[in-house]
Amino acid sequence: MTLTVTDLTIDIDGRTVVDRLSFTVADGARFGIIGESGSGKSLTALAVLGLLPDAATASGSILLTVDGGVEIELLGLPDRELADIRGSAIGMVFQEPRTALNPLRRVGRQIGEPLRIHDGLSKHEANARAIELAHEVLLPDPERLLRRYPHELSGGQRQRVAIAMAIACSPSLLIADEPTTALDVTIQAEILELFDELVDTTGASLIFVTHDLAVLAEVATDVVVLSHGRAVESGPVAEVMRAPQHPVTRGLIAAARATSWSPGASR
Amino acid sequence: MPRLLRELWRRPAGLVGSVVVVVLLVTAAVALFWTPQNPFTANPSIAWQGPSFAHLFGTDAIGSDIFSYLMAGSKTTVVVAALSALVAGLIGIALTALGSLTSHWVREPVAVLIDILIAFPILLIAMLLSAVFGGSLTVVIVSVGIGFGVNLARVARGEVRGALGTDYVLAAKASGAGPWRILIRHVLPNVAPVFIVQLSLAAAVAILAEAGLSFLGYGAPSSTASWGRLLSSLQRYITVHPWSVLWPGLTITITVLGLNLLGDALREATDPRLKESRGEKTRRAESRRERRRARAGVVR
Repeated sequence: MTLTVTDLTIDIDGRTVVDRLSFTVADGARFGIIGESGSGKSLTALAVLGLLPDAATASGSILLTVDGGVEIELLGLPDRELADIRGSAIGMVFQEPRTALNPLRRVGRQIGEPLRIHDGLSKHEANARAIELAHEVLLPDPERLLRRYPHELSGGQRQRVAIAMAIACSPSLLIADEPTTALDVTIQAEILELFDELVDTTGASLIFVTHDLAVLAEVATDVVVLSHGRAVESGPVAEVMRAPQHPVTRGLIAAARATSWSPGASR
Repeated sequence: MPRLLRELWRRPAGLVGSVVVVVLLVTAAVALFWTPQNPFTANPSIAWQGPSFAHLFGTDAIGSDIFSYLMAGSKTTVVVAALSALVAGLIGIALTALGSLTSHWVREPVAVLIDILIAFPILLIAMLLSAVFGGSLTVVIVSVGIGFGVNLARVARGEVRGALGTDYVLAAKASGAGPWRILIRHVLPNVAPVFIVQLSLAAAVAILAEAGLSFLGYGAPSSTASWGRLLSSLQRYITVHPWSVLWPGLTITITVLGLNLLGDALREATDPRLKESRGEKTRRAESRRERRRARAGVVR
């Protein structure tokens, strides 16, 4: 699976928020998109799934090459066909696990939802599979936990539920939009470790969106730095961090150094 | 369903509310076939009797049995309450769907229409309609249906729009859920409690409106027993026979209170967020704040 984004431009009410952005996510790659808030990184992630807000218009090309060489142009694909890809070929984890889970549905049902949609599993089968998935994302005591509602779980547990939901149909591309931002630092480290493991074991490609270079260094190998919707720098994470060319990148490194983390310590 | 009932009966309000509604329904059903006395016969020789075994609630100015008349009136009450809620529900669902799921060009005019219609009080609509068509139960049902349907649509429209803008709907879309699945699994459960409360309120208001309109002479024709008309015929004698007025007044009050309690308890029972031990008020404020944030944060 390869994702090639070429000249992606997103306008909202006549304002250009992403400007001719191009990058390629190779098969099995761990790709990071980093930038300050408002740099267009979340919109880029949403554009891949065709989930941009109604007010936004996108142009350019987002080409998904699946195994076997079939190419699918995701931009402008009808909603019905996009729905077949969402959750099955591409899974997504959102920033705020407190709001990304439906407060009125038991978490087990929510993990099973993509399975019921794409694989046509029965309620019972989906539940059995949800318990396996909960084991995979290291949720404690899945049988009991999956019967709970989201508000009865901790923040870290909720994010694990959201991750289980995203990987339910074994997608070949996993998009994570600031999945650790809403969590405290110790939980952050656990979730990052989980991403690391999951990507290793499933062989899925990863697009990791963040504003935190320290976090990015934990999971990604390649990076594109966004500023005001434009790519200002790109390349392997280690290289970009060693010799940052653009002031924005230098700013992000300074910000990462200001926190107690040492960037790239584990890698 | 048994789960819901258990949840409902765990709450004092739910228990009291369901008892009141069940008693009302049973009374109406019995009154179809049998009342202790014929409520429509006059017997001036026993006018204004106090409560006794033969006349549980006593008799009125022409000597007919108040208890039997109230029993007969409960049929009217049940029919009016049920049909009003039904009409309000249909109008509410139609306007909600038109005002929230359609394109911008339909949605916004519908919102304006709802705002205009909401300016007319239910009683005014009822009096307007009865001035044209004459007083009848249909007028009561239609006016309460319109009045509450619009009310319902205004509240539900906001809820639907809010739910459609939440992260979990976005997450569901990212899981590949189609529009129907999102509507039924994610939006409906969030709107259903609003509908339930509003409909039970509509039923309660319908009972009050029927009583009020019959009191004013716009409601049920004199051949139909009605709590409101009994109240109005007795209230002229309130200084002489205060006891007799008490019965229809109490009946109406308890019935309306019971429906309101039931509606409140139903909402709590259908919303798992309100179930746990933490203060309910803080929870509700929290979810309101969350919704507002979600609505404001469509573009992140």
